[in-house]
Amino acid sequence: MEALSNKRKVLEAKPLNFWERAYLPAIVKGMGITLKHFLFTKAVTISYPEQKREFSENFRGMHSLKRDEHGRERCTACGLCALSCPAEAITMISAERKPGEENLYREEKYAAVYEINMLRCIFCGLCEEACPKEAIYLDGDIVPSDYLRKDFIYGKDKLVEAPLNQ
Amino acid sequence: MGTTDIIVKLILIVVIFLISLVIAMYSTYAERKIAAFFQDRLGPSRAGPFGILQPVADGTKMFLKEEIIPANSSKFLFIVGPSLAIMTACIGSAVIPWGQTLQIGTYVLDLQVTDINVGILYIFGVVSLGVYGVMIGGWASNNKYSLLGAIRAASQNISYEIAMGLSIIALLMTTGTLSLKEIAAQQHGWHWNVVYQPLGFLIFIICAFAETNRSPFDLPECETELVGGYHTEYSSMKLGFYLFAEYINMFISSAVMATLYFGGYNFPFMHSLGLSSNWVTILGVIALFAKIFFFIFFFMWVRWTIPRFRYDQLMDLGWKTLIPLAIANIVLTGIVMTLLK
Repeated sequence: MEALSNKRKVLEAKPLNFWERAYLPAIVKGMGITLKHFLFTKAVTISYPEQKREFSENFRGMHSLKRDEHGRERCTACGLCALSCPAEAITMISAERKPGEENLYREEKYAAVYEINMLRCIFCGLCEEACPKEAIYLDGDIVPSDYLRKDFIYGKDKLVEAPLNQ
Repeated sequence: MGTTDIIVKLILIVVIFLISLVIAMYSTYAERKIAAFFQDRLGPSRAGPFGILQPVADGTKMFLKEEIIPANSSKFLFIVGPSLAIMTACIGSAVIPWGQTLQIGTYVLDLQVTDINVGILYIFGVVSLGVYGVMIGGWASNNKYSLLGAIRAASQNISYEIAMGLSIIALLMTTGTLSLKEIAAQQHGWHWNVVYQPLGFLIFIICAFAETNRSPFDLPECETELVGGYHTEYSSMKLGFYLFAEYINMFISSAVMATLYFGGYNFPFMHSLGLSSNWVTILGVIALFAKIFFFIFFFMWVRWTIPRFRYDQLMDLGWKTLIPLAIANIVLTGIVMTLLK
């Protein structure tokens, strides 16, 4: 039968000659190869916390809750992100904006509590696609490690962007 | 032998003991670092600058780990195993001539713990005892993997000891002495035995790999088949002793190879430099250690290059290749010696 690629090559199983059976030439050759790596090849290691590999442009890391151009939180606690989340990692409690808080929250409703469980999150990015207010983006770094499960539930203190400089 | 002699010898023993322990400790570091470089990695780099404190951290970890003695094991033998392994590893260094003599005032210090006239036999005896550590440990664990590892270790060491002994006989025919001190002294300047006994050296170094249970002959602890081999059940510092014994063995067999075949403390032009004898001795010790470190590096180099032999291949190589080769080497040496007489 005609092979698909026509690249088939029939190999002959030749009996090993004396030098091949003596192991040593092959061993010396192999040791030459490893020595080349020992002497000349640079280590490919990236020493992680000090050095970081460059991320691609569409890398999805830790979430951040955005502010608008006046420094007000964009999130209105509509819950679409929580609804779209396939891992059910997002929970929130909404609250109504009081008079005098207009400089803090952009709309009348805001998220009083906004929590993402980073152990559940699969970093799929569906929450940022679902958000109608452009309030959540996965533009952060890698989520750091921690010791306790409860410390992986990130609240607003870790998620909301730093306030604008006055 | 006066009191001074005894005190000096004791100091020498302690110094050599400490040196072998420190070298064994840093061999673990060197092994990891060298392995890393061979595989284009960095190796341990966190504990201290360049990871130089890694062996200390490893040792502390070993000491602090929980000590487990399996319920159905033979408790006494379970403890005897690693003790024997580390003890036999340490006493091998007694007959190795580390250098010539040092003149301190009127006192002449001989840099060798003892010069017994059957030095090579002593080393062979000690090395053979080392197998008992592995065997007893593997048997006392009451675990199939350990037992299989121990059986492999025993049969491997017994078969390779024969070839090793035969390769040494050819060397003894040319040197005419069993004393390591005399053998080292005979290889003055460039008259290294490896020039006269290349085949013997090749057989010896292959057997040394098998005797120290190093890759490609590390079947007793072959992880892929036997979990941990003879030290499967061991934990804490007892495991540490087994691992440590392996590195001390490597150091001692490197020293033996350097002494028997590579001139020991001799280095070229050692007496045409016009230095005083003390300086020549010190340079000789440095030369010996340079050779030893090269062999330790060589052990590691081979380990990270060659895959492990299968058990039947190992036996095949030992009985059907190395022993006939060693005997042929003896015959050849005899013929050449008779012709040159």
